Amino acid sequence: MDYAIYFFNDLLKIFALVIPVLISVAMIVWVDRRVWGAVQLRKGPNVVGPFGLFQTLADALKYIFKEVIIPVRANKVIFVIAPIVTMSLALVSWAVIPFSETLVVADINVGILYIFAVSSLGVYGIIMAGWASNSKYPFLGALRSAAQMVSYEVSIGLIIINVLLCAGSLNLKDIVLAQKNIWFAIPLFPMFVIFFISALAETNRPPFDLPEAEAELVAGYQTEYSGMMYALFWLGEYANILLMCALGTILFLGGWLSPIDVYPFNAIPGPIWFIFKILLLFFLFAMVKAIVPRYRYDQLMRLGWKIFLPFSLFWVVLTSAFLYFFNLLPA
Amino acid sequence: MIAHAIIFYFLSTITILSTIMVIASRNTVHSVFFLILDFVSAACLFIMLGAEFVGMILLIVYVGAVAVLFLFVVMMLEGNFEKIKQGFLQYLPIGFFIGIVIFLELIVVIGGWQYKSEFIGTSKIIYNANETNTEQLGKLIYTDFFLPFQISGLVLLVAMIGAILLTFRRRTNMKRQDMVKQSSRERVDSISSVDAEINKGVKIND
Repeated sequence: MDYAIYFFNDLLKIFALVIPVLISVAMIVWVDRRVWGAVQLRKGPNVVGPFGLFQTLADALKYIFKEVIIPVRANKVIFVIAPIVTMSLALVSWAVIPFSETLVVADINVGILYIFAVSSLGVYGIIMAGWASNSKYPFLGALRSAAQMVSYEVSIGLIIINVLLCAGSLNLKDIVLAQKNIWFAIPLFPMFVIFFISALAETNRPPFDLPEAEAELVAGYQTEYSGMMYALFWLGEYANILLMCALGTILFLGGWLSPIDVYPFNAIPGPIWFIFKILLLFFLFAMVKAIVPRYRYDQLMRLGWKIFLPFSLFWVVLTSAFLYFFNLLPA
Repeated sequence: MIAHAIIFYFLSTITILSTIMVIASRNTVHSVFFLILDFVSAACLFIMLGAEFVGMILLIVYVGAVAVLFLFVVMMLEGNFEKIKQGFLQYLPIGFFIGIVIFLELIVVIGGWQYKSEFIGTSKIIYNANETNTEQLGKLIYTDFFLPFQISGLVLLVAMIGAILLTFRRRTNMKRQDMVKQSSRERVDSISSVDAEINKGVKIND
C-alpha cells in the first residue's frame, strides 16, 4: 500500500512537470516563429487565437490527423522507435532541473552528469531515424549529426568542468546556490559564450542545422517521416532547446536567484526568475536562427575540434590554477 | 526491500537477455542496439548499487560516445549480413576459449570474496559514509592512485596520437580552403574592371 501511494505521488509530480514543459514547448515554437518573422519584417503566425498563440496547437492537430507513412523497405521497428526515443529523452532530463530551492522532481547528487548523459543519448534518435529510413538523404543527415553531436559534447563537457570547479558540486541545486555572490557568467564569460554556441550545435539549431540542411539533404534524417512521428521529432527538438536554455541558466545565470539581492527583485518568486532567464536565452537562440547563415560542414568540425576544444581545455587549466593559487577552491 | 529486489531482477534480466541478443540477432545493426541496451541496463545496475558516478560515466563514455562510433562503423558496412557471419564456425573455438577464461576468472573472484576482509585490512583508505560517492572516488583517485590514474591517461593519449598518425595523410593534389585567407579577402583584391575591346577580348592572368 505504501508503495502504491509513493508511486502515485511520484506519478503526479511527473505529470505536474511534463505537462507545463509540453505547453511551454508549444509556446516557444510560436515565440521562435514570431521573432524570426519580426527580424525578416514579416508578421509571423498571427491568425489562430490572440496574436496567433494557438498556432502550434493547430499545427499539432494537423499532424495528428495526417496519415503516418512507413516506407516499404524501412526497418519498421527502429523507424517507429526513433521519434519516441528522441521525444522521451528530451523529456526525462527535466526531472533534475531545479525550478527553485524546493521545486525539483529528483534532487540527485550527480544531476549535471545525468543531464549530460541523457543529452549524449539524444543522438540515437537521429541515427536510428536515418538508418531505419533506408534512404540516402536521411542516412547522410544521420551521419553528419552523429559526428556533430559527439564533437560538441566534448567542448560542453569541458565547459561543465569549469563550472564544477567553481561550484564544487555535481548537484544542480548546489551549483545554483554557489552563484549567490556572483553569477558564473561573469568570471567565466568566454565559457558562457562557447557554451551557448555549443548548445546551438548540440540541438541542431541554425547555424549548425547541417543534419537537416534542406539545400543539400531535403530534410535530413526527417525526410521519410510524416504525421505524428514527424511532430514528435519536432517537439523533441524544441524540448531539447528549452532544456539547453535551462542548463545555461543553471550553470551560468544563477538559476532561480534574483540578479541582485535587494527588495523589489528578491520579492519575485524564484521560478519566475528562472523562466524569465530561460526565455532570455531562448530569445538569443531565436535571434541567431534569424541572423546567422548556415555553416559549411568542414567549418563546423574545425570550430568544434580546433577552436572550442583547445580553448575550453586551456580555460579549465586557467580556472583551476586561479582557484588553487588564490585559495578560492570550494570546500 | 521487495521493490528493490523486483527492480534488480528486472534490470538484470534485461541485461542478460540483451547480451544474448547481441550475439543472436541476425542484423548487425540490431546487435549494436542490443549492446547499447546492455550498457544502459548495466549503468542502471551500478546506480542501484549506489555507485551513481560510475553509472553516469558508463552512460556518457560508452553509450554516448563509444557505441555511437560502433554504430557508425556497422551502419556503413555492406548490408549483406549473412556474408559477415560466414566465418562464425571458424572463430567459434577462439570465442569459446575466451569465454572459458572469463568464466574461470569469475569463479576465482567469487571464490575469493570470502577473504575480502583481509584485503580491506591491508588498505590505508579511510571510508567515510557521509561523503558522496563522487567525493570518495575523487579522493581515492587523486591521492593513493594518483600515479596509476595519470599513467593510464597518458597511455590513452599515446594510443590516440598513434591512431591519428596512422590514418593521417596529407593529400597534395587537392585545393585546400584557408578560412583566414577567405575571410580577409577584400573587394580590391578580387575584382578589377577591364575595358575589353570588341572581338579582341582580354587576357586574364590568374
